[in-house]
Amino acid sequence: MPTVSMKVNGKDAKADVDPRTLLVQFLRENLRLTGTHVGCDTSQCGACVVHVNGKAVKSCTMLALTADGAEILTIEGLANGAQLHPMQEAFRENHALQCGFCTPGMIMTAVDIVHRKGNNLEEHTIREELEGNICRCTGYHNIVKAIGAGARAMSGEVTKQAAE
Amino acid sequence: MYAFTYHRATGLRHAANLLEKLEDPKILAGGQTLLPTMKQRLASPTNLIDLDKVEGMSEITAAGRSVTIGALTRHNDVHKSPIVQQAIPALAYLAGLIGDPAVRHRGTIGGSVANNDPNADYPAACLALGATIVTNKRKIAADEFFKGLFETALEPNEIITKITFPVPKKAGYYKFRNQASRFALVGVFVAKRPSEIRVAVTGAGSSGVFRVPSFEEALKKRFSPKSLEGLTIPADGMASDIHGSAEYRAHLVNVCARRAVAAADEKTPAE
Repeated sequence: MPTVSMKVNGKDAKADVDPRTLLVQFLRENLRLTGTHVGCDTSQCGACVVHVNGKAVKSCTMLALTADGAEILTIEGLANGAQLHPMQEAFRENHALQCGFCTPGMIMTAVDIVHRKGNNLEEHTIREELEGNICRCTGYHNIVKAIGAGARAMSGEVTKQAAE
Repeated sequence: MYAFTYHRATGLRHAANLLEKLEDPKILAGGQTLLPTMKQRLASPTNLIDLDKVEGMSEITAAGRSVTIGALTRHNDVHKSPIVQQAIPALAYLAGLIGDPAVRHRGTIGGSVANNDPNADYPAACLALGATIVTNKRKIAADEFFKGLFETALEPNEIITKITFPVPKKAGYYKFRNQASRFALVGVFVAKRPSEIRVAVTGAGSSGVFRVPSFEEALKKRFSPKSLEGLTIPADGMASDIHGSAEYRAHLVNVCARRAVAAADEKTPAE
Protein backbone atom coordinates (compact mmCIF):
# COMPACT_ATOMS: atom_id res chain seq x y z
CA MET A 1 0.00 0.00 0.00
CA PRO A 2 1.28 3.49 -0.75
CA THR A 3 2.37 5.72 2.09
CA VAL A 4 0.92 9.13 2.77
CA SER A 5 2.28 11.75 5.09
CA MET A 6 0.91 15.13 5.97
CA LYS A 7 0.79 17.61 8.81
CA VAL A 8 -2.53 17.60 10.65
CA ASN A 9 -3.16 20.34 13.21
CA GLY A 10 0.57 20.89 13.42
CA LYS A 11 1.48 17.26 14.01
CA ASP A 12 3.08 14.90 11.50
CA ALA A 13 0.86 12.03 10.42
CA LYS A 14 1.94 9.12 8.28
CA ALA A 15 0.31 5.85 7.26
CA ASP A 16 0.07 3.20 4.59
CA VAL A 17 -3.32 3.53 2.96
CA ASP A 18 -5.52 1.89 0.39
CA PRO A 19 -5.47 4.38 -2.54
CA ARG A 20 -9.26 4.70 -2.23
CA THR A 21 -8.95 6.25 1.23
CA LEU A 22 -10.58 9.66 1.25
CA LEU A 23 -9.01 12.47 3.24
CA VAL A 24 -11.98 12.41 5.62
CA GLN A 25 -11.54 8.68 6.22
CA PHE A 26 -7.86 9.17 6.91
CA LEU A 27 -8.66 11.88 9.46
CA ARG A 28 -11.44 9.97 11.15
CA GLU A 29 -10.29 6.38 10.96
CA ASN A 30 -6.51 6.57 10.95
CA LEU A 31 -6.05 9.60 13.16
CA ARG A 32 -9.30 9.24 15.14
CA LEU A 33 -10.07 12.91 14.57
CA THR A 34 -13.80 12.37 14.45
CA GLY A 35 -14.78 16.02 14.67
CA THR A 36 -14.83 16.16 10.89
CA HIS A 37 -18.12 14.60 9.85
CA VAL A 38 -19.42 12.78 6.81
CA GLY A 39 -22.93 13.94 6.02
CA CYS A 40 -23.83 13.35 2.40
CA ASP A 41 -20.56 11.89 1.08
CA THR A 42 -21.37 13.56 -2.26
CA SER A 43 -19.71 16.99 -1.71
CA GLN A 44 -23.01 18.77 -1.20
CA CYS A 45 -23.41 19.24 2.55
CA GLY A 46 -20.09 20.57 3.82
CA ALA A 47 -20.01 18.64 7.12
CA CYS A 48 -16.54 17.41 6.11
CA VAL A 49 -14.93 20.80 5.40
CA VAL A 50 -11.32 21.08 6.57
CA HIS A 51 -8.55 23.44 5.52
CA VAL A 52 -5.93 22.07 3.13
CA ASN A 53 -2.94 24.41 2.87
CA GLY A 54 -5.14 27.17 4.27
CA LYS A 55 -8.15 26.68 2.02
CA ALA A 56 -11.54 25.17 2.78
CA VAL A 57 -11.98 21.85 1.02
CA LYS A 58 -14.55 19.08 1.20
CA SER A 59 -12.50 16.24 2.63
CA CYS A 60 -14.95 13.61 1.35
CA THR A 61 -13.99 14.63 -2.18
CA MET A 62 -10.24 14.47 -1.97
CA LEU A 63 -8.05 11.40 -1.78
CA ALA A 64 -5.79 11.14 1.25
CA LEU A 65 -2.94 10.46 -1.19
CA THR A 66 -3.57 13.77 -2.96
CA ALA A 67 -3.08 15.51 0.38
CA ASP A 68 0.43 14.10 0.67
CA GLY A 69 2.74 16.81 2.00
CA ALA A 70 -0.15 19.14 2.76
CA GLU A 71 -0.93 21.02 5.96
CA ILE A 72 -4.39 20.15 7.22
CA LEU A 73 -6.40 22.02 9.81
CA THR A 74 -9.45 20.32 11.29
CA ILE A 75 -11.97 21.49 13.88
CA GLU A 76 -9.81 19.83 16.56
CA GLY A 77 -6.92 22.12 15.69
CA LEU A 78 -8.83 25.37 15.93
CA ALA A 79 -9.00 26.00 19.68
CA ASN A 80 -5.99 27.21 21.61
CA GLY A 81 -5.86 24.57 24.34
CA ALA A 82 -8.95 25.04 26.49
CA GLN A 83 -9.65 28.44 24.96
CA LEU A 84 -12.13 28.25 22.10
CA HIS A 85 -11.37 29.90 18.79
CA PRO A 86 -13.38 33.16 18.45
CA MET A 87 -15.55 31.52 15.78
CA GLN A 88 -16.31 28.54 18.05
CA GLU A 89 -17.08 30.96 20.88
CA ALA A 90 -19.42 32.93 18.60
CA PHE A 91 -21.30 29.74 17.63
CA ARG A 92 -21.76 28.99 21.34
CA GLU A 93 -22.77 32.55 22.23
CA ASN A 94 -25.33 32.75 19.43
CA HIS A 95 -26.69 29.25 19.87
CA ALA A 96 -25.82 28.53 16.24
CA LEU A 97 -26.48 24.83 16.42
CA GLN A 98 -29.06 22.34 17.38
CA CYS A 99 -27.91 18.77 16.75
CA GLY A 100 -24.38 19.93 15.99
CA PHE A 101 -23.71 17.57 13.11
CA CYS A 102 -23.03 20.30 10.55
CA THR A 103 -21.23 22.56 13.04
CA PRO A 104 -17.59 21.52 12.49
CA GLY A 105 -17.97 22.08 8.74
CA MET A 106 -19.85 25.33 9.31
CA ILE A 107 -17.09 26.65 11.57
CA MET A 108 -14.26 25.62 9.23
CA THR A 109 -16.10 27.27 6.34
CA ALA A 110 -16.77 30.36 8.46
CA VAL A 111 -13.07 30.78 9.26
CA ASP A 112 -12.28 30.37 5.55
CA ILE A 113 -14.84 33.07 4.68
CA VAL A 114 -13.12 35.46 7.10
CA HIS A 115 -9.72 34.65 5.55
CA ARG A 116 -11.05 35.48 2.09
CA LYS A 117 -13.56 38.24 2.78
CA GLY A 118 -12.32 39.98 5.90
CA ASN A 119 -13.81 40.72 9.31
CA ASN A 120 -16.78 42.85 8.36
CA LEU A 121 -19.19 40.54 6.64
CA GLU A 122 -22.57 41.56 5.28
CA GLU A 123 -25.37 39.16 6.04
CA HIS A 124 -25.98 38.42 2.36
CA THR A 125 -22.27 37.66 1.86
CA ILE A 126 -22.37 35.12 4.67
CA ARG A 127 -25.51 33.51 3.28
CA GLU A 128 -24.03 33.28 -0.23
CA GLU A 129 -20.76 31.89 1.04
CA LEU A 130 -22.60 29.20 3.02
CA GLU A 131 -24.13 27.66 -0.07
CA GLY A 132 -21.95 24.58 0.24
CA ASN A 133 -22.87 23.93 3.88
CA ILE A 134 -26.21 22.45 4.72
CA CYS A 135 -27.90 22.46 8.13
CA ARG A 136 -31.04 20.34 8.43
CA CYS A 137 -32.31 21.41 11.81
CA THR A 138 -31.91 24.97 13.06
CA GLY A 139 -32.22 26.94 9.89
CA TYR A 140 -29.45 29.36 9.18
CA HIS A 141 -30.44 32.44 11.15
CA ASN A 142 -28.25 31.95 14.20
CA ILE A 143 -25.44 30.46 12.13
CA VAL A 144 -25.32 33.63 10.04
CA LYS A 145 -25.41 35.75 13.20
CA ALA A 146 -22.61 33.73 14.76
CA ILE A 147 -20.37 34.00 11.70
CA GLY A 148 -20.81 37.78 11.61
CA ALA A 149 -19.92 38.00 15.31
CA GLY A 150 -17.07 35.48 15.02
CA ALA A 151 -15.62 37.37 12.08
CA ARG A 152 -15.55 40.61 14.10
CA ALA A 153 -14.05 38.79 17.08
CA MET A 154 -11.33 37.36 14.86
CA SER A 155 -10.10 40.85 14.04
CA GLY A 156 -9.35 41.30 17.74
CA GLU A 157 -7.44 38.05 17.62
CA VAL A 158 -5.26 39.31 14.78
CA THR A 159 -4.46 42.56 16.58
CA LYS A 160 -3.66 40.61 19.72
CA GLN A 161 -1.29 38.33 17.81
CA ALA A 162 0.33 41.31 16.14
CA ALA A 163 0.87 42.93 19.53
CA GLU A 164 2.49 39.84 20.99
CA MET B 1 -15.38 2.99 -5.16
CA TYR B 2 -13.63 0.14 -6.95
CA ALA B 3 -9.93 -0.42 -6.27
CA PHE B 4 -7.38 1.32 -8.48
CA THR B 5 -3.65 1.87 -8.57
CA TYR B 6 -2.58 5.39 -7.72
CA HIS B 7 0.14 7.23 -9.61
CA ARG B 8 1.43 10.63 -8.59
CA ALA B 9 2.59 12.45 -11.71
CA THR B 10 5.65 14.62 -11.10
CA GLY B 11 5.33 16.56 -14.35
CA LEU B 12 3.34 16.77 -17.55
CA ARG B 13 5.68 14.45 -19.43
CA HIS B 14 5.55 11.90 -16.63
CA ALA B 15 1.74 12.06 -16.68
CA ALA B 16 1.69 11.66 -20.48
CA ASN B 17 4.04 8.67 -20.30
CA LEU B 18 1.88 6.99 -17.67
CA LEU B 19 -1.21 7.69 -19.75
CA GLU B 20 0.39 5.99 -22.79
CA LYS B 21 1.73 3.01 -20.89
CA LEU B 22 -0.87 2.07 -18.28
CA GLU B 23 -3.97 0.01 -18.84
CA ASP B 24 -7.35 1.74 -18.46
CA PRO B 25 -5.95 4.99 -17.05
CA LYS B 26 -7.75 8.12 -15.94
CA ILE B 27 -6.41 11.57 -15.17
CA LEU B 28 -7.31 13.06 -11.77
CA ALA B 29 -7.21 16.87 -11.67
CA GLY B 30 -9.28 18.56 -8.94
CA GLY B 31 -11.45 15.47 -8.56
CA GLN B 32 -14.67 17.35 -7.88
CA THR B 33 -16.49 15.35 -10.54
CA LEU B 34 -14.32 12.28 -10.97
CA LEU B 35 -14.25 11.25 -7.30
CA PRO B 36 -18.05 11.43 -6.84
CA THR B 37 -18.40 9.53 -10.13
CA MET B 38 -16.02 6.84 -8.89
CA LYS B 39 -17.87 6.63 -5.57
CA GLN B 40 -21.05 5.94 -7.52
CA ARG B 41 -19.14 3.33 -9.50
CA LEU B 42 -20.00 5.12 -12.72
CA ALA B 43 -16.26 5.33 -13.36
CA SER B 44 -13.82 2.62 -12.36
CA PRO B 45 -10.38 3.29 -13.81
CA THR B 46 -7.69 0.67 -13.19
CA ASN B 47 -5.01 3.34 -12.93
CA LEU B 48 -5.48 6.85 -11.58
CA ILE B 49 -2.89 9.49 -12.52
CA ASP B 50 -2.99 12.40 -10.09
CA LEU B 51 -1.88 15.76 -11.52
CA ASP B 52 -2.08 17.56 -8.17
CA LYS B 53 1.70 17.88 -7.74
CA VAL B 54 2.37 18.88 -11.38
CA GLU B 55 3.75 22.40 -11.47
CA GLY B 56 3.55 25.10 -14.10
CA MET B 57 0.04 24.28 -15.26
CA SER B 58 -1.92 26.77 -13.20
CA GLU B 59 -0.73 30.09 -14.53
CA ILE B 60 -2.90 32.83 -15.97
CA THR B 61 -1.26 35.07 -18.56
CA ALA B 62 -2.36 37.80 -20.94
CA ALA B 63 -0.71 38.18 -24.33
CA GLY B 64 -1.92 40.47 -27.09
CA ARG B 65 -5.68 40.13 -27.29
CA SER B 66 -5.99 36.84 -25.45
CA VAL B 67 -5.90 35.33 -21.98
CA THR B 68 -4.42 31.90 -21.36
CA ILE B 69 -5.38 29.84 -18.33
CA GLY B 70 -3.40 26.77 -17.27
CA ALA B 71 -5.49 23.59 -17.15
CA LEU B 72 -4.90 23.04 -13.42
CA THR B 73 -6.06 26.52 -12.43
CA ARG B 74 -8.73 26.24 -9.74
CA HIS B 75 -12.10 27.87 -10.31
CA ASN B 76 -11.52 30.22 -7.38
CA ASP B 77 -8.22 31.39 -8.88
CA VAL B 78 -9.89 32.16 -12.22
CA HIS B 79 -12.63 33.98 -10.32
CA LYS B 80 -10.10 36.05 -8.35
CA SER B 81 -7.59 36.66 -11.16
CA PRO B 82 -7.07 40.39 -11.83
CA ILE B 83 -6.05 39.47 -15.40
CA VAL B 84 -9.30 37.62 -16.10
CA GLN B 85 -11.39 40.18 -14.22
CA GLN B 86 -9.95 42.96 -16.31
CA ALA B 87 -9.90 41.28 -19.75
CA ILE B 88 -12.97 39.02 -19.63
CA PRO B 89 -15.02 39.88 -16.51
CA ALA B 90 -17.83 37.55 -17.61
CA LEU B 91 -15.42 34.62 -17.42
CA ALA B 92 -14.24 35.57 -13.92
CA TYR B 93 -17.88 35.91 -12.91
CA LEU B 94 -18.75 32.50 -14.39
CA ALA B 95 -15.94 30.80 -12.46
CA GLY B 96 -17.39 32.19 -9.22
CA LEU B 97 -20.73 30.49 -9.90
CA ILE B 98 -19.38 26.94 -10.11
CA GLY B 99 -20.34 24.65 -7.23
CA ASP B 100 -19.61 26.31 -3.88
CA PRO B 101 -16.51 27.94 -2.35
CA ALA B 102 -14.92 24.67 -1.18
CA VAL B 103 -15.54 23.01 -4.55
CA ARG B 104 -14.01 26.03 -6.28
CA HIS B 105 -10.85 25.58 -4.20
CA ARG B 106 -10.28 22.16 -5.79
CA GLY B 107 -12.03 22.00 -9.17
CA THR B 108 -9.96 22.93 -12.24
CA ILE B 109 -10.82 24.50 -15.57
CA GLY B 110 -9.06 21.71 -17.50
CA GLY B 111 -10.94 19.04 -15.61
CA SER B 112 -14.27 20.72 -16.24
CA VAL B 113 -13.61 21.18 -19.96
CA ALA B 114 -12.29 17.63 -20.40
CA ASN B 115 -15.34 16.21 -18.66
CA ASN B 116 -17.78 18.25 -20.79
CA ASP B 117 -20.71 17.81 -18.46
CA PRO B 118 -23.80 19.01 -20.37
CA ASN B 119 -24.70 21.24 -17.40
CA ALA B 120 -21.23 22.65 -16.73
CA ASP B 121 -20.46 26.36 -17.12
CA TYR B 122 -17.07 26.47 -18.82
CA PRO B 123 -18.08 24.78 -22.10
CA ALA B 124 -20.48 27.68 -22.81
CA ALA B 125 -17.69 30.22 -22.24
CA CYS B 126 -15.24 28.28 -24.43
CA LEU B 127 -17.69 28.01 -27.29
CA ALA B 128 -18.96 31.59 -27.13
CA LEU B 129 -15.51 33.13 -26.79
CA GLY B 130 -14.00 30.95 -29.53
CA ALA B 131 -11.42 29.49 -27.15
CA THR B 132 -8.60 27.18 -28.15
CA ILE B 133 -8.04 24.08 -26.07
CA VAL B 134 -4.33 23.27 -25.97
CA THR B 135 -3.22 19.72 -25.21
CA ASN B 136 0.18 18.06 -24.91
CA LYS B 137 -0.23 17.09 -28.59
CA ARG B 138 -2.12 19.85 -30.44
CA LYS B 139 -4.47 22.81 -30.38
CA ILE B 140 -8.19 22.24 -30.77
CA ALA B 141 -10.73 24.98 -31.50
CA ALA B 142 -13.69 24.94 -29.12
CA ASP B 143 -15.94 24.53 -32.18
CA GLU B 144 -14.31 21.14 -32.81
CA PHE B 145 -13.84 20.15 -29.19
CA PHE B 146 -17.27 19.57 -27.62
CA LYS B 147 -18.79 16.48 -29.22
CA GLY B 148 -21.83 15.63 -27.12
CA LEU B 149 -22.71 14.44 -23.63
CA PHE B 150 -19.39 14.00 -21.79
CA GLU B 151 -17.75 13.55 -25.21
CA THR B 152 -14.86 15.62 -26.50
CA ALA B 153 -12.32 15.54 -29.32
CA LEU B 154 -9.63 14.45 -26.83
CA GLU B 155 -7.76 11.28 -27.76
CA PRO B 156 -7.26 8.77 -24.95
CA ASN B 157 -3.60 9.77 -24.61
CA GLU B 158 -4.15 13.54 -24.57
CA ILE B 159 -3.99 15.91 -21.61
CA ILE B 160 -5.31 19.47 -21.70
CA THR B 161 -2.48 21.81 -20.71
CA LYS B 162 -4.10 25.23 -21.11
CA ILE B 163 -6.97 27.10 -22.66
CA THR B 164 -6.63 30.34 -24.60
CA PHE B 165 -9.53 32.79 -24.69
CA PRO B 166 -9.56 35.63 -27.22
CA VAL B 167 -10.64 38.84 -25.47
CA PRO B 168 -14.11 39.86 -26.67
CA LYS B 169 -15.39 43.42 -27.06
CA LYS B 170 -17.92 42.50 -24.43
CA ALA B 171 -19.42 39.37 -22.97
CA GLY B 172 -22.03 38.29 -20.46
CA TYR B 173 -23.11 35.10 -18.77
CA TYR B 174 -26.41 34.28 -17.16
CA LYS B 175 -26.93 31.07 -15.26
CA PHE B 176 -30.28 29.70 -14.18
CA ARG B 177 -29.26 27.27 -11.49
CA ASN B 178 -30.66 23.95 -10.55
CA GLN B 179 -31.36 24.74 -6.91
CA ALA B 180 -30.17 21.37 -5.65
CA SER B 181 -27.04 20.67 -7.67
CA ARG B 182 -25.93 24.28 -8.40
CA PHE B 183 -25.27 23.16 -11.98
CA ALA B 184 -26.80 25.18 -14.81
CA LEU B 185 -30.34 24.12 -15.62
CA VAL B 186 -29.73 26.58 -18.43
CA GLY B 187 -26.75 28.90 -18.84
CA VAL B 188 -26.15 31.28 -21.72
CA PHE B 189 -22.84 32.93 -22.57
CA VAL B 190 -23.01 35.79 -25.08
CA ALA B 191 -19.85 37.24 -26.62
CA LYS B 192 -19.52 40.22 -28.91
CA ARG B 193 -16.27 39.51 -30.69
CA PRO B 194 -14.46 41.78 -33.18
CA SER B 195 -15.59 39.53 -36.05
CA GLU B 196 -18.87 38.04 -34.88
CA ILE B 197 -21.41 37.56 -32.12
CA ARG B 198 -21.76 34.19 -30.46
CA VAL B 199 -24.47 32.79 -28.21
CA ALA B 200 -23.59 29.51 -26.52
CA VAL B 201 -25.97 27.52 -24.35
CA THR B 202 -25.18 24.97 -21.65
CA GLY B 203 -27.58 22.84 -19.62
CA ALA B 204 -30.42 22.91 -22.13
CA GLY B 205 -29.31 20.72 -25.03
CA SER B 206 -29.80 16.97 -25.10
CA SER B 207 -26.35 16.64 -26.64
CA GLY B 208 -24.44 19.25 -24.69
CA VAL B 209 -23.37 22.81 -25.36
CA PHE B 210 -24.62 24.45 -28.58
CA ARG B 211 -24.85 27.80 -30.37
CA VAL B 212 -28.04 29.61 -31.39
CA PRO B 213 -27.55 31.05 -34.93
CA SER B 214 -30.94 32.82 -34.98
CA PHE B 215 -30.10 34.73 -31.77
CA GLU B 216 -26.63 35.58 -33.10
CA GLU B 217 -28.16 36.95 -36.29
CA ALA B 218 -30.63 39.10 -34.36
CA LEU B 219 -27.92 40.47 -32.07
CA LYS B 220 -25.74 41.33 -35.06
CA LYS B 221 -28.35 43.91 -36.13
CA ARG B 222 -28.45 45.40 -32.68
CA PHE B 223 -26.68 44.13 -29.55
CA SER B 224 -29.56 44.56 -27.12
CA PRO B 225 -31.84 42.28 -25.08
CA LYS B 226 -34.73 43.77 -27.08
CA SER B 227 -33.39 42.16 -30.28
CA LEU B 228 -34.20 38.75 -28.79
CA GLU B 229 -37.76 39.52 -27.73
CA GLY B 230 -40.26 37.16 -29.29
CA LEU B 231 -37.58 34.84 -30.67
CA THR B 232 -37.98 31.19 -29.76
CA ILE B 233 -36.01 28.03 -30.22
CA PRO B 234 -37.64 24.66 -30.81
CA ALA B 235 -38.03 22.27 -27.89
CA ASP B 236 -36.73 19.52 -30.17
CA GLY B 237 -33.20 18.70 -29.13
CA MET B 238 -33.62 20.09 -25.61
CA ALA B 239 -33.00 17.88 -22.61
CA SER B 240 -36.04 16.80 -20.65
CA ASP B 241 -35.90 15.37 -17.14
CA ILE B 242 -37.34 15.73 -13.64
CA HIS B 243 -35.70 19.16 -13.33
CA GLY B 244 -37.41 20.65 -16.37
CA SER B 245 -39.20 19.75 -19.59
CA ALA B 246 -37.76 20.42 -23.04
CA GLU B 247 -40.29 23.24 -23.54
CA TYR B 248 -39.32 24.86 -20.24
CA ARG B 249 -35.63 24.71 -21.12
CA ALA B 250 -36.29 26.15 -24.61
CA HIS B 251 -38.13 29.02 -22.95
CA LEU B 252 -35.30 29.58 -20.45
CA VAL B 253 -32.74 29.80 -23.25
CA ASN B 254 -34.35 33.01 -24.48
CA VAL B 255 -34.74 34.43 -20.96
CA CYS B 256 -31.12 33.67 -20.07
CA ALA B 257 -29.84 34.99 -23.40
CA ARG B 258 -31.57 38.34 -22.87
CA ARG B 259 -30.16 38.59 -19.34
CA ALA B 260 -26.69 37.65 -20.59
CA VAL B 261 -26.83 40.43 -23.20
CA ALA B 262 -27.96 42.88 -20.52
CA ALA B 263 -25.09 41.72 -18.29
CA ALA B 264 -22.61 42.21 -21.15
CA ASP B 265 -23.76 45.82 -21.42
CA GLU B 266 -23.14 46.49 -17.76
CA LYS B 267 -19.68 47.19 -16.44
CA THR B 268 -19.94 44.63 -13.72
CA PRO B 269 -21.67 41.35 -14.48
CA ALA B 270 -25.12 40.80 -13.02
CA GLU B 271 -25.37 39.08 -9.65
